[in-house]
Amino acid sequence: MDLLNALVALLNFVVVPATAYGAQLALGALGVTLIYGILRFSNFAHGDTMAFGTAITILGTWWLQSSGIGLGPLPTALLALPLGVLGTALLVLATDRVVYRFYRKTRAKPVILVIVSMGVMFIMNGLTRFVIGVGEISFADGERFLVDAKAFRDATGLAEGLSIRTSQALTIFIAIIAVSLLFWFLNRTRAGKSMRAFSDNEDLALLSGINPERVVAITWVLAATLAVLAGVLYGLDKSFKVFNYYQLLLPIFAAAIVGGIGNPLGAIAGGFLIAYSEVAFTYAFKKVLGYLLPESLAPDGLVQLISTDYKLAISFSILVIVLLFKPTGLLKGKTI
Amino acid sequence: MTLNLRNVLLFATVALLFVIEGQTVSWNSALSILNVGLISAIVALGVNLQWGYAGLFNIGVVGFFALGGLAPVLISTPAQPAAWAAGGPRVMAAFAVAILAIVLAALVYGRTRGRLRAVSVTAILVLGLLGYRTLFDPAAAAIEQVSPSTAGNIGGLGLPVLLAWPVGALFAAAAAWVIGKTALGLRSDYLAIATLGIGEIIVSVMKNEDWLARGVKNVIGLPRPVPYEVDLQSSPEFVARAAAWGTDPVTASSILVKLAYAGLFAVVLLVLIWLAELALKSPWGRMMRAIRDNEIAAEAMGKDVTRRHLQIFILGSALCGLAGAMMVTLDGQLTPGTYNPLRYTYVIWLMVIIGGSGNNWGSVLGSLLIWYLWVKVEPWGHDILAFATSGLADGSALKQHLLDSAAHMRLMTMGVILLLVLRFSPRGLIPEK
Repeated sequence: MDLLNALVALLNFVVVPATAYGAQLALGALGVTLIYGILRFSNFAHGDTMAFGTAITILGTWWLQSSGIGLGPLPTALLALPLGVLGTALLVLATDRVVYRFYRKTRAKPVILVIVSMGVMFIMNGLTRFVIGVGEISFADGERFLVDAKAFRDATGLAEGLSIRTSQALTIFIAIIAVSLLFWFLNRTRAGKSMRAFSDNEDLALLSGINPERVVAITWVLAATLAVLAGVLYGLDKSFKVFNYYQLLLPIFAAAIVGGIGNPLGAIAGGFLIAYSEVAFTYAFKKVLGYLLPESLAPDGLVQLISTDYKLAISFSILVIVLLFKPTGLLKGKTI
Repeated sequence: MTLNLRNVLLFATVALLFVIEGQTVSWNSALSILNVGLISAIVALGVNLQWGYAGLFNIGVVGFFALGGLAPVLISTPAQPAAWAAGGPRVMAAFAVAILAIVLAALVYGRTRGRLRAVSVTAILVLGLLGYRTLFDPAAAAIEQVSPSTAGNIGGLGLPVLLAWPVGALFAAAAAWVIGKTALGLRSDYLAIATLGIGEIIVSVMKNEDWLARGVKNVIGLPRPVPYEVDLQSSPEFVARAAAWGTDPVTASSILVKLAYAGLFAVVLLVLIWLAELALKSPWGRMMRAIRDNEIAAEAMGKDVTRRHLQIFILGSALCGLAGAMMVTLDGQLTPGTYNPLRYTYVIWLMVIIGGSGNNWGSVLGSLLIWYLWVKVEPWGHDILAFATSGLADGSALKQHLLDSAAHMRLMTMGVILLLVLRFSPRGLIPEK
């Protein structure tokens, strides 16, 4: 039995990737949940908002790289991030003005808004493809690893290596900052408080003189910022491909709903729950069990519960199970 | 549909579009668009049943469509006794174990309480999954090893391919029953997310389960319900007939084959519309609309809302499966890699909404019109961009990028059309009465 090696293998293949992925999902789910809390519809265009913001950031990265500006060990994309956020915020504000505002004024049913957001999804998807194409793009540069597997093995003398990629560390770091700022904003500032009031009871909020258009605009800007952060961090960690961002829609929605839609804390909890389950169910535990069990009991197969091809099935199953037994989500949803 | 001037004109306009395509491009191209348009119309009828009649929000259409496409492979391809002998019974046993575990878990769930329940249900499910995998994995691998370059799958029954159409509908209906049983109690946008997930999962099963229908290695050369062009061209009688019409035998044969498909599809579509219209006008149809418009009132009148929802969810999904089987028959091949949700879910929704949700004829009109546009917008976009960039120097990077991007114009166009219709004519081209 080799507890240390088992622990390191588990950290390396499950905990670290899942934490980074969970942070990305949480950022995405926060955007979905904010829109739901204020505008009261499920925004199907969120995945493509992420893709659009990432595409703009990639363009900025290429421009910076071509003019020789970089961040040394950190990816250049961080410098281009404000550009991506700005571009996406302008796009969603324009979309709100041209498309969504009409339905808000006429108090359309939420399901109509969902269909409208499908139309917006088409346009954003086309726009992103138009800007950057459909191919797979890898735009991470700088130092690849924060902790290198080989260096770790040499330093500790263990058989198992632990590697932490810069993008993973960065994801967690940025996610913590973004989430703290968001909660500070929602709980401490006047604008944030008016958002919470509006989400809680629209009529009372209007009565106390809160300007609804302002609340909506702030919400869109926050959601766009979170979407671009999630999209860029996901792209740095894995790679950018328009269609993959559409496929992120399911785990992101699952995270938001499982946590209790409209509840920011729930979105974060949901994001990590989905990510840890996805990675744990698709990881082959052969190696870890090999260290833990005596040789005679060591497993022959991969000890992988579900093949990686079906990781979507995991977010789906968690979603359905939680909804069947706790329809409002794990933390109580519906207000922010 | 009332036979008023407006509706007749709308259909006449779409017919004119196809005639223009036939005259200016080729009748082959016009008929290809028409055939896929007719299949899309059947899917749109299914979505219209769910959304227009009952207000169910299904965006997993692509999954049911793909599942229907499995039927022609399993029904009409020749049997593979070697593959069946290698792993068939073991695969069946694995499925039996999985079903047994689920049934057992459900039974235990009903009879226990508290922590005991959580532990025992989880244990049964995990053990069931492990048992299933131990039986299933080697069996699937064994099947895939039987002549992997040409088959490597379980094979079919060698029956006529037309029989696969109703079977495709049955496959989709069975999947819809399972999903409906679990997810139909959910709120409308949760149901949407759940069906979105199920669509993605079905497509990934089709892509990855090589033992079933070769996954992304595709199954080609499926049997056809209509004659082959080559056979027609080698028949002296047909060549003489083609010469009498004044066309060469190659064009004539491919047009004849497409016409035969169009005839088959049109018959199916007309029968389905007739049935759907009958259902809509019957007490059942009135009850469905009553449930859609006010669930609580309908429930108070003693209508079993959940049961009716399940019923119509299964019916609509069956139509998607039927159309999926027809599409694979038309293509003569199953290519799971092409099942894209944009193309098979959202474009279908576009067809239903633009045609007029709740109106069957509207769905048909919307399908033919949108499919025509979907095919034509790409060359048009290319022409427009070529014209717009004609001032730029040949070979400039911007010009090349713009011309290459023409293919993406169709998504944007479809989005704009959807938003315009929703904003200015939310009831569609042929509104519900």
